This record gives sequence, C-alpha cells and structure tokens, in this order.
Amino acid sequence: MAAERPADRIPVLEPGQTYASVTDHMSALVLRGPTRRGLVALFLLFTALAILFGYAVIAVFARGVGLLGVNIPVAWGWPIVNVVWWIGIGHAGTLISAVLLLLRQRWRTSINRFAEAMTIFAAGIAALFPFVHLGRPWLFYYLVPYPDTMGLWPQWRSALVWDFFAIATYILVSILFWYQGLVPDLATLRDRAVSPLRQRVYGFLALGWRGSARHWEHYETNYLLLAVLATPLVVSVHSVISLDFAATIVPGYHSTIFPPYFVAGALLSGFCMVVTLAVPLRGLFGLEDFITLRHFDRMAKLMLASGFFVIYSYAVEFFFAWYSGDEFHRYVQINRLFGPYAPAFWAMLTGNVLVLQALWWRRVRRSLPLLFTVAVIINVAMWLERYVIVITSTHRDFLPSMWDSASATGWDAALLIGSLGLFCFLMALFIRFLPLISIYEMRELVREREAEP
Amino acid sequence: MTYRVGDRELFGVTAMFDSADELVCAARRLRGKGYRRLDAYTPFPVEGLSEALGCRSGKVRWCVLAGALLGGALAYFLQWYSAVVDYPVNVGGRPLHAWPAFLVVTFEMAVLGGALAGFFGMLALSGLPRLHHPVFDLPEFGRATRGRFFLCIESSDERFDVERVTKDLEALAPLTVQEVPR
Repeated sequence: MAAERPADRIPVLEPGQTYASVTDHMSALVLRGPTRRGLVALFLLFTALAILFGYAVIAVFARGVGLLGVNIPVAWGWPIVNVVWWIGIGHAGTLISAVLLLLRQRWRTSINRFAEAMTIFAAGIAALFPFVHLGRPWLFYYLVPYPDTMGLWPQWRSALVWDFFAIATYILVSILFWYQGLVPDLATLRDRAVSPLRQRVYGFLALGWRGSARHWEHYETNYLLLAVLATPLVVSVHSVISLDFAATIVPGYHSTIFPPYFVAGALLSGFCMVVTLAVPLRGLFGLEDFITLRHFDRMAKLMLASGFFVIYSYAVEFFFAWYSGDEFHRYVQINRLFGPYAPAFWAMLTGNVLVLQALWWRRVRRSLPLLFTVAVIINVAMWLERYVIVITSTHRDFLPSMWDSASATGWDAALLIGSLGLFCFLMALFIRFLPLISIYEMRELVREREAEP
Repeated sequence: MTYRVGDRELFGVTAMFDSADELVCAARRLRGKGYRRLDAYTPFPVEGLSEALGCRSGKVRWCVLAGALLGGALAYFLQWYSAVVDYPVNVGGRPLHAWPAFLVVTFEMAVLGGALAGFFGMLALSGLPRLHHPVFDLPEFGRATRGRFFLCIESSDERFDVERVTKDLEALAPLTVQEVPR
C-alpha cells in the first residue's frame, strides 16, 4: 500500500504523534530498558567479538606484525584496508547531520543521531588500525608535535602527519557535534528518569540545560556553525587519507583522482551502513512512525548518486592508465582485471556497479529486505574496493623480481570480525543509554507539521 | 523592593502555556507592557521567540571566528617555527618554508579551534554548566522538556510587582501561574 504512494506523500513523521508522545516513546527506549531477551543474547555476542578484537590487538602488539598477512612488497595489508573502510563508514553521519542540516532537509531528523554515533565509533575504530599495523606502536607519539628532549619535530610535508591531524580533528569535531545535539535530550532524560542515580547522571551530563530562550539562541547559532565547519572537514578527511596513497610513486596509488574518489566511496559506504543499521533498529525498537519509507527512499537515492561518483572514478582510473602511456600504471589495471586478485576486483564491480542499479526501481527502494540486502552487498563490495586498491597496487609494482603476493591470516580475519563486533557493542551501549533519535528535533518536527495547513 | 515566598526570596513568576504560538504571543505582549527581565523555557527552539523576548545575540559567531583564526594561526606558526627555525631539514634543497604543505594541518586546526571555541563559547554565554537554577524547583518544570512552554518574569525587572505581574500573566490565559522562589 505504502509502495503505491508517490515519494512526497509518505510523511517524514507518521500523523498522530504529539510533543508528549514522541518524548515518551524515545525516552522509554532508554529508561525502560530492553524488552526482548534476544537483545541481551545479541549483546553478549557483540561483547565476545569485542573481546576477540582486544585479544587480537594484544597478540599483534606482543608478537609483532608477522602475525598478519603482510610482506615486502605488500607492506600494507588488511589493517590499512580496514582503516579506509571504517573511516569511510564514518563519513555519512556527519554528512547527514551537517550537510542535510544546512540544506534544510528535515527528514534527516530521525536518522542523524544514530548516524552521528555510527560516525564516532567507526572513526574511532579506524583510528585504532594504524596502531595495529604500525609494528612499533609505542613510537606512535612521534606524530605528535611537542618540544621533546630529542629535539625532533614531525615532518610537516608528510601525508601521514596530515592524516593524523585530519582524523583526530574529525573525531573531536564529530564528538562535539554529537554531544551538543544530545544536551537537550539529556535534559529530557533527566526530567523523565525516576531513579535518583539516573537523574543525577543524566542531570550532570545535561550541564544544567533548562531550555531557556537564551540557551536556544546560542545553541542554534552554534549548531549551524558547527555544521558549516564540519562540511569541509568531511571532505578533507578522506581526501587527506587518500594522499597517503596518492603522494607515493606506487603505480595504482599515485593518481590525482584519489581524493574525490575516496570521498565518493566514503559517502557510498557510509550511506549503506546507515541503511544497514536503520532497518534492524526500526524493527527492533518500534520506530516505524519515525523512520518511514520516505527516509529509506531518500537514503537509497543518495546511495545511487554517490555510487555514480564511484563508478565514474573507476572509469577514470582505467582511462588514465591508458592515457598516461605509463607501462607500470597500465599493468596495474590489467593485473586487477586478470591477475591473482581478479576475483576481488570482479566481486567489487558486481556489488558497486551492478547491484547498485537495483536502486533505480522504486519497489527496491521501498522494500526493506531488498534495500537491506543491497546495502550489505555494497558494504562488502566497498571493503573489497579498498582491498583491491591497497593490495593489488603493491604486489606487482616495478621490478618483476620484487613481485610477491600476500594472503591474510586468521589474525587479519579476527581483527576485522572483532572490529565489527566492537562497533556493534558500542552501538548497543549507545542505544541502551542514550536516545537513538534526537528527541527535541522530533518535537520540532511535530511543531512544523502542526504549523502546516 | 524584594518579595518573599515563605522564607525565601522570590525569583520570579512563571506561566505555563500549551503551545508555542501562545508563548510567542504572550512574550510579545509582555515586552509591549515594558517588562524586560523575561525568559522562556521551551522543549525545542521556537522561531520568533528570541525576537519577541529581545534576546537575539550573535556572540557565538565571534567565538567561532576567533577560535578558528587562533587555531589556524597557532598551527601555521608551529609548523613554520619547527620546520624553519628549530629543526630545519634540507631535503634536496626544497624550501624550508613549504607553505602549501602546511595548509592541510592549518585548515584542520582552524576547524578544531572554531568548533571548540563555539561549543564552549555557547556554554559560557548560556551560563552553563550550572548545577542548579531556581526554575528547577517548580514541580511541573519537567514538562518544559516534554511539551509545555514556560514564560518567566524575573523579580529583578524594574517594573516587577507581584500583584500586577500575576494579573498580567493571568490575562494571557495560561494553564497555570506560579511563583518561583530563589
């Protein structure tokens, strides 16, 4: 029935909701706790996987990167693939929050909060992987500029130093943005909570917020300005990460398309992850009135749009390999098509190019099982994209005598699966203790709907 | 003159409204009557309320601008100082003062400085964090974060007089009118 309605007829918020009902629904999710036993079992599974991640990280720290599937020439293995994949996922949250806020897209309201949480956790996990890959993680602090006794400073012309500043800034600004959005909702929870402990904890975190007109005046100005700052920041983060690759001379890395290519890939995988999370959350927590099919329709269109930037980038990579006339560059692309890692390449193309086209059909965009399947496939394909970039470029570079291939070990798999578990574990804690939909912005939405004739 | 509620000084008189439109309308009328120490407590930002209360302010903008300029300037200075003065490394005769390469970190730190200054500036301008405030003593104040709209005339207002203020508030047809002790 809903699928028959044109896009603009499905409301962003189902009718019948009032200020009090949205407030009560969202705060009850936090204050009443899990109502299904299955959720607890799921949480235990996530916890176990998070522990697996911790175990694998400690093992690599203690015994060294020899545990991982890396060698020379393939010095960048799965950990770097994971960094890029996770930080890409961490892009959609800020994009949805900041860019859609500036563009006055009110439908963002139902999804921005958990997308922001997703961003912070994904970016945080991404920031862990360079340590795993580093080999000597205790020397990490060399990246930090401070007047040390050795008289050393970071090399400011190095893309790796830029990368450190970009990711650190991105995580901090995302946390600020997220926390500012949370403050009025924490005040709501403080006022709804019954137990004195919760009243105190939420009251403390709400910083004394009382919704005064003067508070809101400063609050709204700053929220917009944070969005203005975050928008170029999102673009800069993945661009700077791509420079880690593009600033080298390795054929397949050394390419001017990389900064926009990485940003487009980040947006695609980020939107896919938002859909991947939104589908189960909507069902599990009874959010059908708040996350409607219109949201999924819009998200799917964003996936399609960012997907075409990615497809364009694939095409440009091939074009420049041919047009540059560079023998090594050409060989990298041929090797991707027919070399030992060709299955990964073709699987990536199938997901990101072929499966993506399903989103042209409204029936797919409005069907949660189909959309969820497409999103998961593209998530996997986006991981493979980074795998293809990272591994196939180095494994056969200039001199055939240097050629070698690397295959992942169980530790690589444990780190990847463990990081997924850690991510789900953190998301579960977030959903348990903080409102996963912005309550005050939902009230604003109710007000806007009332104001309409 | 100070007023008292029981053994405590009076902070102000509040009125509770059912809708945002009534609140904005009430705020305008009270401003029109000459009250200046007015505040409103709402469950979400209400358009037009700051104008009605006369508390429009653009100060946060200047915090963000100052923070961004300071962050960027410090980052650039740090890079220039460390790469040119304190630890010059000659890499194939390339210029030590490599300003294009310095711009990435400068940009990131400008964004960080602006965001931090904006967030903490917003809190400072709002007088937060704050452990307590007299309006929290209102038994119904919890509804300001659920769906009710409060208007408060504070006793520091020059024209404050309990009887007249109560009468003026009641004339606006609120749900309740209550005195708040300090």
